[in-house]
Amino acid sequence: MKAVVPHSRGKLSTHYAVAMPRPDDFAFWRGQARQLIQCNVSPEYVAWTEPGGSGDLFASEGARLPEFGKNAPFVRASRQFISVAQNAALHSESGRFALIYRLLWRLQTNPRIMEDKTDPDVRYVEELAKNVRRDSHKMRAFVRFRKVNDGKGTDHYAAWFEPDHHILRANAGFFRRRFANMQWSILTPRGTLHWNGKAMHEGPPARREDAPGDDPMEDLWRKYYASIFNPARLKVGAMLSEMPKKYWKNLPEASLIPELIAGAQAREAQMVDAGKSRSGQEFENTPETLPAIESAIQTCRQCPIGNLDNHAVMGEGPLSANLMIVGEQPGDHEDTTGRPFVGPAGQLLDVHLEKAGIDRGAAYVTNAIKHFKYLPRGKRRIHQSPGAKEIDTCRWWQEAERTIVKPKLVLAMGASAARSLLGKTVSITKARGTPVPLEDGSELWITAHPSYLLRLDGEAREKQARLFDADLSAVKIRLAELSTH
Amino acid sequence: MPVQSTLQKLEILADAAKYDASCASSGTAKKNSMGGKGIGSTEGMGICHAYAPDGRCISLLKLLMTNHCIFDCHYCINRKSSNVRRARFTPQEVADLTLNFYRRNYIEGLFLSSGILKSSDFTMEQLVETARILREDHDFRGYIHLKTIPEADPGLVYQAGLLADRVSINVELPTDSGLTRLAPDKDARQIESAMGGMKSSIVEAKDSRKRFKFAPRFAPAGQSTQMIIGADTASDADIVGKASRLYDNFRLRRVYYSAFSPIPNASAILPLKRPPLIREHRLYQSDWLMRFYDYKPGEIMQATDDAGNLPLDIDPKLAWALKFREWFPVDVNRASKEQLLRVPGLGVKSVHRLLAARRHRRLRLEDVAKVAVSLFKIRPFIETCDWRPTALTDRADLRRLLVPQQEQLELFAA
Repeated sequence: MKAVVPHSRGKLSTHYAVAMPRPDDFAFWRGQARQLIQCNVSPEYVAWTEPGGSGDLFASEGARLPEFGKNAPFVRASRQFISVAQNAALHSESGRFALIYRLLWRLQTNPRIMEDKTDPDVRYVEELAKNVRRDSHKMRAFVRFRKVNDGKGTDHYAAWFEPDHHILRANAGFFRRRFANMQWSILTPRGTLHWNGKAMHEGPPARREDAPGDDPMEDLWRKYYASIFNPARLKVGAMLSEMPKKYWKNLPEASLIPELIAGAQAREAQMVDAGKSRSGQEFENTPETLPAIESAIQTCRQCPIGNLDNHAVMGEGPLSANLMIVGEQPGDHEDTTGRPFVGPAGQLLDVHLEKAGIDRGAAYVTNAIKHFKYLPRGKRRIHQSPGAKEIDTCRWWQEAERTIVKPKLVLAMGASAARSLLGKTVSITKARGTPVPLEDGSELWITAHPSYLLRLDGEAREKQARLFDADLSAVKIRLAELSTH
Repeated sequence: MPVQSTLQKLEILADAAKYDASCASSGTAKKNSMGGKGIGSTEGMGICHAYAPDGRCISLLKLLMTNHCIFDCHYCINRKSSNVRRARFTPQEVADLTLNFYRRNYIEGLFLSSGILKSSDFTMEQLVETARILREDHDFRGYIHLKTIPEADPGLVYQAGLLADRVSINVELPTDSGLTRLAPDKDARQIESAMGGMKSSIVEAKDSRKRFKFAPRFAPAGQSTQMIIGADTASDADIVGKASRLYDNFRLRRVYYSAFSPIPNASAILPLKRPPLIREHRLYQSDWLMRFYDYKPGEIMQATDDAGNLPLDIDPKLAWALKFREWFPVDVNRASKEQLLRVPGLGVKSVHRLLAARRHRRLRLEDVAKVAVSLFKIRPFIETCDWRPTALTDRADLRRLLVPQQEQLELFAA
């Protein structure tokens, strides 16, 4: 046996049209493709059409292929190709039959082409096959039967499902093997399957209204779904990637998802609150040492931020610092390292402090909020500004730190820090450059948060950087005056 | 006490079961309901029928038979001294619920566990009876996972293995001292001897099926266990060491890690702050490295810090690669499979694709990009015919360059 080597196409420039009888008929494609290869018809001269699809205009009156008898040339198709093509043929992409024919054509001269995972055709066909496998898998997972009482004492189960690809017939076997002794129907917009316990019947496309509307068992299922969910570990992204929203409309349990997510933090806070009373007691006695604060903030759940998956970040610096710098809250970087101002904003702060001649090592650096507030976005945690109530709650810790360190000058960076120290919201533009006396005798200076500079560009950034530098220089001068007193 | 409805019991007993991490329904013997009287099939790959907003797959009806318990384990919500609502199912109720859910294609089967009611033996009998009703009365051929009670009579435990696809016994805590302190009613030696007994029954059944076609199956999906992370002071190195000993000694299919999460009525000797979920994730990653990437437990431990913990900001494979730079760069066109598997960012699938593709051509960096998820992490550790990392591999600040957060800095630096 010998593979046909495609030769010059001069003689065979006729176009051929193959009309697929069904959009998922791989066996038919296989027969036609074999014949075309045997006749040495290059892929660009074949047009594949499926029922309902638009035909190729100039190929619509394609010629008939000659039949080969016993001496038909051998057509090569690796097992790997067949298994991938079989799946890809079920895809809803209209070019799929042409694609797998092109690959079969190329396979005749390069028998190992399927191994070359960097070839564009191979990658595309594998992509299609993968989509189909996933759609099949999701069908097996997300078909939801509802019980129908036909009044004759036998139960019938029916489901409505909307597959993306032509996978219904290919999955009939799975449902038959699983529910062999049950009577069931699966209705889809592309066709229907009916199993009566003995034989399978196929029917025409159905509409959603043809499927039963409800099943009392779904109340129990929804109760189960809501109870098995652990609100202490919210991972919405992981759920969405496996159970995309397009499937939700046919899943009875999906109607609960929004409220479960919304209620998760509250439920977890409840769980924690119910379990502890000791943290509440600690909250009534102000801790008297920095290490005591550090251990107490780790378990602080007084506001919802503490219930996120994060760690409290303690301030750092010498116990006798004259200068206390207060920022907003730890960011992603600070949360992972456990130190304040080490992320992008912290690095920018270091640059400006050095420029102003302020030694960061001699200052006590901390945040108004001890935990990182964020929204999960995929793998990222996106910073969220703390609310006024959260700032006021967390103020307790900042004041405890200030009582111990007793700085002469406090530099509040940003509106959140200013609120934490003043108990009211002020405008940075108006408040900067003028010291505010605090109750304990120290002085409060207010300036912008360095992350504000990071969000600006070009001229605006330069202008703000100059203002920021000016504030820092003023602080440096005032600090020298206060220290000599 | 008022009579509870099925709905109320389900709420309580499913809620109580959510601290079990396992929901796997794969890797068991193939079976289906053709030619039988009932329903059910298992065809190798498990199916996740739904996902909860905690990102976990819902494959099985995961229930506790009862959450009454005579034990007082500190980390457990159902311990004797805990003030939770209690409920109890009968075996028939659990079986009916399983079948009703299964017929509607909600689940792959049942995962049944239980608090200890009256005695270990009594509880174990109830679990076995449920599986018996499903298998014998209803010819149910779906998946059954039974959590067995190490203190119960070995004969009952053996019955469980004959009916279930998978059996599991929880080791609960990574260290014996942790177990003594937090689970005073449990005994590490007893747990391990029960696991040992289970292992020999599984091996024996496999062996006799090779010789006798109709020998009974015994837990064809093997046994697994679960450890709670963060309730005691065990370091990641302790945990990895314990897991690898368990894999070796008892031929476990899986060791599950469950990050200790705040539970209502937690005991006062537990940390109130839960360990970060990321720690659980890193432990699973190291588990993967041992099972599919041929890392030895000792090598995982080399990637830990002085306190024996894996870094949280980078994955254990990258941590190992950063410590052992002399292994890199690896030439994608020449290196062995084992060497390629050590490259951070290259998974088992990508490696197989590279090995197949390089038979056809010399690989360039763009070819690697096509089979891998992202080049970012891979680049410093490989060589292709058009790429050589030169000094990059040995740069002292390479770790800083590869930590994910660092990307944000580049975004901001306009």
